[in-house]
Amino acid sequence: MLIRKIKEFFIERMIFLSGIMSIVIVALIFAFLLKEGLSIFWRVPISDFLFARNWYPISDPPQFGILPLIIGSILVTAGAGIISIPIGIASALFIAEIAPRKTKEVLKAGIELLAAIPSVVIGFIGMVTLGPFIKNLFNLSTGLTALSGSITLAFMAMPTIVSIAEDAITAVPRQYREAAIAMGATKWQTTWRIVALAARPGMVAAVMLGIGRVIGETMAVMMVTGNAALIPHSILQPVRTLTATVAAEMGETVQGGEHYAALFAIGIVLFIITFIINGVADIYLHKVKK
Amino acid sequence: MNVQLKQKIAFSVLFFCTLLVVVPVLIILVIIFVKGASAMSFSFLTEMPTNGMTAGGIFPAILGTLYLVLGAIIFAVPLGVLSAIYLVEYSRDNALSRIVKLAIVNLAGVPSVVYGLFGLGIFVLFLGFGASILSGSLTLGIMILPVIITSSREALESVPQSFRIVSLSLGASKWQTIRYSVLPHALPGILTGTILGLGRAAGETAPILFTVAAFYLPKLPQSVFDQTMALPYHLYVISTQVPGIPENVRYGTALVLLMLVLILNLSAIILRYQFRKRKKW
Repeated sequence: MLIRKIKEFFIERMIFLSGIMSIVIVALIFAFLLKEGLSIFWRVPISDFLFARNWYPISDPPQFGILPLIIGSILVTAGAGIISIPIGIASALFIAEIAPRKTKEVLKAGIELLAAIPSVVIGFIGMVTLGPFIKNLFNLSTGLTALSGSITLAFMAMPTIVSIAEDAITAVPRQYREAAIAMGATKWQTTWRIVALAARPGMVAAVMLGIGRVIGETMAVMMVTGNAALIPHSILQPVRTLTATVAAEMGETVQGGEHYAALFAIGIVLFIITFIINGVADIYLHKVKK
Repeated sequence: MNVQLKQKIAFSVLFFCTLLVVVPVLIILVIIFVKGASAMSFSFLTEMPTNGMTAGGIFPAILGTLYLVLGAIIFAVPLGVLSAIYLVEYSRDNALSRIVKLAIVNLAGVPSVVYGLFGLGIFVLFLGFGASILSGSLTLGIMILPVIITSSREALESVPQSFRIVSLSLGASKWQTIRYSVLPHALPGILTGTILGLGRAAGETAPILFTVAAFYLPKLPQSVFDQTMALPYHLYVISTQVPGIPENVRYGTALVLLMLVLILNLSAIILRYQFRKRKKW
């Protein structure tokens, strides 16, 4: 009996420690990013790091301005958002409200499959199919552009947007629909003016999480955007995102050097951006539950 | 305009949008299956690469991915399940549990390349594991932790409260109740989450870039402190870094990776379906 009590005491301590492990890990991630990355700000002031126009990490003297990378990320993300938000929300409405049961199951499985495809495979397919297509369509010297990146990422944001928006739509109480139909509204009027409106907080969360996914996406975007760390003048030029820069350049840096620290500092920027997006999305998701 | 006509048009537009999402998935699968099938053979799966990776097989990459995924699971499943038990069975609705939940949401949203940086900082350098299977597995394990916690939580929550009450009323302790009356019923759900985590870990590239992945190794890894090749990184390397790789080798590698991930995901979907059908409460 005593032995059992001691055993259970230790098990319950372990459960508690595992429980708070997520907090510890988030703190550790931030701490290690700061530890390795902060030293760059001794050399480059934060405002120069964020807003200087030149990213030439290996010239002499090196220049660490991540503005072109931020613009690259924003451009590709905005493009992906413009494509994926309306299409994603429309699909969610179709799957949740209109599709018959069997069709619904098939469509949901299809979207789950899309979520499962590794990003490097999507990047590979984008490179060999979408790249040449964009190149021929617009008569460019290379098809690996911001536009190709946006289309690829729009596609990758779909599973997040569709599944979370669909959950939100399904969670709208049945009485709303019944009341609207009883008032003589058509199915479409009910879907669009009642259900979609009631599900709006969940849709906002879906869009935010989709965008969070897009900003953080690395491999596919590195393979299809052409990777030029210059401020682009149109979406038909190659760009380079924050994530792709870290992934592409870390292998060539000297550990503890300035370039190395600068890449960790980009990691800090990415961590803070996604932290904010996820936090806000979570607030909207809680609104849905109420 | 006639409301019925309007409805017809609206539904058609929504249907068309859904097709825009789903049809490209099919196209991607078909392209990879058709073009990759010609590379498929027993020797492609079981031999070492030769001639600067332009010929031979991809065995070391397949083996490396299996090692990494296994290592990630060994680390993440116990931690994730215990964490879920804490959230469902022990925590009250207070500030601490809200912070834990927020931390999990944020872990799920951290970009994969940031996990790579973290793994480099803590495992490779600070703890001195070097670029190794150990560092890569731990990094992937942390990355899939939110997947495992979330699905384990759902599985535990789906076990009816009455199971716990009966067990407690018979004099069982809290832990005995969890161990013998709750966990067995949550097991299929936990297993589903584990398989989904496996699929996620097998396909990720960015977290292993700086923590373990090797461009090319002439021999297989001997211990957890060795570097290894891995399927997703290998696909990245042969499609962007090395010129002159025959097309069917690239598609073949993509096909093997895709099959691995899809089989894992399909088994999770089937398992979940079977579980829901069998559930009696």
